[in-house]
Amino acid sequence: MKEAHISVDHVGKRYSICHKGAVGRFASFRDVLMSGVTRPFRRQSTPAESPTKEDFWAVKNVSFDVGQGEILGIIGRNGAGKSTLLKLLARITEPTEGKITLRGRVASLLEVGTGFHPELTGRENIYLNGAILGMSRAEIRRRFDDIATFAEVEQFLDTAVKHYSSGMYVRLAFSVAAHLQPEILIVDEVLAVGDAAFQKKCLGKLEDASGSGRTILIVSHSMSVITRLCSRAILLDKGTVTHDGKVEEAAHRYLEASHNSASASWHPPTPVGDTIAKIHGARLHDLQGNSPPVFSIGAPLCCTIDYELAASAKRALPAIQLVNDAGTIVFGSAAFQLRTSERIGCLSATCLVPAHLLAEGYHTLSIGLVSYNPNTLHAFEREVLALLLIDDTTGDGTRGDAMGQWPGVVRPKLEWMFAA
Amino acid sequence: MSSPKDPLIIEAGRAEAHYWRDLWRYRELFGFLAWRDILVRYKQTAIGVAWALIRPLLTMVIFTVIFGNVAKLPSGPLPYAILVGAAMLPWQFFSNALSESSQSLVSNANLISKVYFPRLILPASTVVVSLVDFAISFVILIGLMIWYSYAPGWQVLALPVFVILALLAALGPGLLITALNVKYRDFRFITPFIVQFGLFVSPVGFRSSVIPEQWRLLYSLNPMVGVIDGFRWCLGDSSGLDLPALAISLSTAMALLIFGVRYFRKMERGFADVI
Repeated sequence: MKEAHISVDHVGKRYSICHKGAVGRFASFRDVLMSGVTRPFRRQSTPAESPTKEDFWAVKNVSFDVGQGEILGIIGRNGAGKSTLLKLLARITEPTEGKITLRGRVASLLEVGTGFHPELTGRENIYLNGAILGMSRAEIRRRFDDIATFAEVEQFLDTAVKHYSSGMYVRLAFSVAAHLQPEILIVDEVLAVGDAAFQKKCLGKLEDASGSGRTILIVSHSMSVITRLCSRAILLDKGTVTHDGKVEEAAHRYLEASHNSASASWHPPTPVGDTIAKIHGARLHDLQGNSPPVFSIGAPLCCTIDYELAASAKRALPAIQLVNDAGTIVFGSAAFQLRTSERIGCLSATCLVPAHLLAEGYHTLSIGLVSYNPNTLHAFEREVLALLLIDDTTGDGTRGDAMGQWPGVVRPKLEWMFAA
Repeated sequence: MSSPKDPLIIEAGRAEAHYWRDLWRYRELFGFLAWRDILVRYKQTAIGVAWALIRPLLTMVIFTVIFGNVAKLPSGPLPYAILVGAAMLPWQFFSNALSESSQSLVSNANLISKVYFPRLILPASTVVVSLVDFAISFVILIGLMIWYSYAPGWQVLALPVFVILALLAALGPGLLITALNVKYRDFRFITPFIVQFGLFVSPVGFRSSVIPEQWRLLYSLNPMVGVIDGFRWCLGDSSGLDLPALAISLSTAMALLIFGVRYFRKMERGFADVI
């Protein structure tokens, strides 16, 4: 086993938060002076008088190792301690306890365009930003043309960046960062910049970097970025690691926790709907009836809905609507095939989504009961089911054995043949 | 940044392990930051670098008129304009360096909270910018000497020593104030006051021989007294170098510098958390 590039050993970071603002972040010198002057005249400070100081552990007892060439994803909700952890690793702030060992040159990318100066030209900012990120002058000079080409701003190199469009500005900033070649790269959310095409370029750049033996630590809220780039992820919650292992598992747990417990099955305490048609519950499963934490896009997906119809609603149909990570409705479907049966009472219907249709990523399902002609919506429960789809790149899918981003709302497997 | 064979260990209270070596490693960043500040300083100004000349020049004219012509203070062997010039330039250098360095951390807050580097680089690089301004404004002094057809003696070679002394004298309090300013923004208002007050307390408009003999050593506690007297001596003020006074000025400057660096180092680890 190779020696770990990064090893984090029981690291914790404590902040003191003050509720009375007296010795808070922007304490005024007067307050400190005054408290020094008045202290002798005060009786032993009672808890009520002194500003209530509270210890807050942003990160607590975190341990993990990252091997060379590994890409580790760090996920967690806002305030879970992800950024603090990165700041500790990047040496911006010091841990309160524990020990971090880094083997190799570290570059951190916690923000795109750190230190860019609006008055300076693109060329000048490339040098400045490169130096801030830890590149030497010679290194920057060597990669200068690549950086400018990658950012697509060659024509404007001698224009002050304050005249740049925001897209150009961000592209230039990321481009400098993308040409860093440290042994350890620490990245925070920075992929959320630029248009889709540029993001794709950036992801490719990161994949290349890890391919050439660099160790990457990446924080992102985008599960599709994390699952694409990383094989392993840690999930942080309230400053502690709640999961360390396969990225699919971590992503699933994260999504489960962050989407109002939307999961592969949903059973409301009381049936929902109007007086004549009610939904009792729904669940997602594979053909064998199992509900794995993550579904592969290469296998059919089943959604079973339990519902109840009164005689006056015998034409009502279960319906589903699938929404992807970006909020786009991928499809809606209603069970028109079942309408002829006119069954009533407690029913159960399964919808089968074929394999090789959906794209990977996080999806939610809304469940409804609808009558058509005249149209009545008996029940509609928005995004009660959630699932994470992955493309396991076994080679039989649409993308074959291609790595990298594969855009598109759906990923159908289509027929290709030579034209006669 | 360290080589793979030499793991970097981060632990509470351990940040200083390779501090001075790190400082050397980041010398290029130091250069780039100074270069940035120099480039930006006179951007979008119509007359640009001329400001580095005009500001000290106008103050010099006023001081020469008030102290030399109106108050008729003794000028010694030097023309009064050169006497004031030899004091005004180091003083302006000192006050620029002090006010710029004491703002350096807060005005670079975005860097501090996003990237690691030895924070000492920031105040140090602003001092370099003031040094460039100083070099430019030195043209005034040369111009004055040509105007009065006055040539300094061999002492002028010692001038760099006093420039360094002025630099150290500014850096000490600069470090202290900039570190304090991170937490207590009050110090933003204190620096202009020190600078304004210091202009009259230091022997800029007059010779330090104006101060009564028995107070002279006490007066030398102000490090700029040593610097200004030294400057004048270099340019040929005959009164000779008052070595005990210079020693006192030098030790105040060094004491402030050591204290400044220590305090800065102590506070440095928490900068990102409070800025």
